[in-house]
Amino acid sequence: MTDGTVAPVGTVTPSWKLLLTLGLAGAVSGLVIILAYIATLPRIDAYKSHELQLAIEEVLKVPHRSDTLFLDKDVLTATRPVVEPGARVERIYHGFDRAGIPVGYAIEAIGPGFSDPIRLLVGYDHARRALLGIKILDSKETPGIADGVLKPAFTGQFEGAVVPVLGVKASPKAVEKGTVVLITGATISSRAIVKAINMSMDRWGPMIARYEASPGAAAPGKGKD
Amino acid sequence: MRMKPPPDVPGVKGSTATEDLLRGIWKENPTLVLLLGMCPTMAITNSVSNSFAMGVITGFVMILSAIVVSTIRRVVTHEVRVATYILIIATFVQLADILSEAYIPDAHKALGAFIPLIVGNCLVLGRQEAFSSRNTVWRSTLDGIGMSAGFTLGLCLVGTVREILGSGTWFGLRVMPPNFEPWVIMNLPPGGFLGFGLVLLALAAWNQRRMRPAPARIVIEPAHAQRSASTAAVAMGSAR
Repeated sequence: MTDGTVAPVGTVTPSWKLLLTLGLAGAVSGLVIILAYIATLPRIDAYKSHELQLAIEEVLKVPHRSDTLFLDKDVLTATRPVVEPGARVERIYHGFDRAGIPVGYAIEAIGPGFSDPIRLLVGYDHARRALLGIKILDSKETPGIADGVLKPAFTGQFEGAVVPVLGVKASPKAVEKGTVVLITGATISSRAIVKAINMSMDRWGPMIARYEASPGAAAPGKGKD
Repeated sequence: MRMKPPPDVPGVKGSTATEDLLRGIWKENPTLVLLLGMCPTMAITNSVSNSFAMGVITGFVMILSAIVVSTIRRVVTHEVRVATYILIIATFVQLADILSEAYIPDAHKALGAFIPLIVGNCLVLGRQEAFSSRNTVWRSTLDGIGMSAGFTLGLCLVGTVREILGSGTWFGLRVMPPNFEPWVIMNLPPGGFLGFGLVLLALAAWNQRRMRPAPARIVIEPAHAQRSASTAAVAMGSAR
């Protein structure tokens, strides 16, 4: 028993007092966290938006402009659908070069990492069924162990890789075109990225094909973000 | 029955405020002497900047927790005190997570899962139970500052060894010659153990050298002094 909070011998603290102590502490704790969250949310959102813009530029190789395409009942549309307040609308980004020619799509992908989901942005050229590049947006993988997946030595391998991407362990087979060498010691994280890309392409590929086949799809200037 | 308010009992008997502040920095350094908080010490010390950021964030949690715990120490029910302290610490860890994401996003991204894990750092809870719950706000704050500074110092020392040997840089600045071949292992998980071991070894050697008793001094008198002493003795003998 500590010197600081000595309970008198032979007494039992009533349950309501214990509940009150923990209840009050929990209520104050929750209030403080919510207030801090509300106060910092605009700043965090602004930073994430800025990061996303930089990521789009990186994976689409600095497009002149990028338009947002919203997902509305399995159909990509340049007009934001009307949804309930607070509901998130899935979206991808369509990049164009200076001449207005489409350069590709930037698509968000999420895969289950070792400690938390890994969120990344994938640059995809639908005409060639190939990747333009990838950028890790959010990862809570163990620093010093799995952060190799953030480095250009790993992410650079995805440039030009044909979908579906094949991840292999370091071996002579690894030199084959279209394969990505997984990182020893971060196999789960690197596999998660490959899986996230393939799943994302499986899902968005047919929708992009339908969108491109629709009349006036590639016309620049619609759905500007 | 009403509980008697606990008395103020200094964490270390007879210590002064200055000692409370300085104790954690060197004499009872949490990383290098008490060997507490080993998880971040091994995991995020692959660079000095990561080590410094983790030290500062842990310090934020520790100092604010110390202030709150020492403020409410007389009203917290004894049976649920540890649960209450953990709740307080978890609140400040969550605050640190949110604030670092908003104001130092790069450090937040680099430290990843280790910011939420501060809540399980035995150093933070240990100081609340051992010191802040028994001392005044002022002394608990000093203890929190000292322990945080000591923790940051320990992390930065290990980070320095690992970054210099593993990357040839210090705080991102090149400090090794261009032909230096980095020891890649120092950036990997085993490098945490190696780097920490090297720092502890150096400190142990330094301590041993400092504590070694000074060798006995043998004074050799000059020859002419010995001669004059023997002459004097003969003179004294003849005089008797």
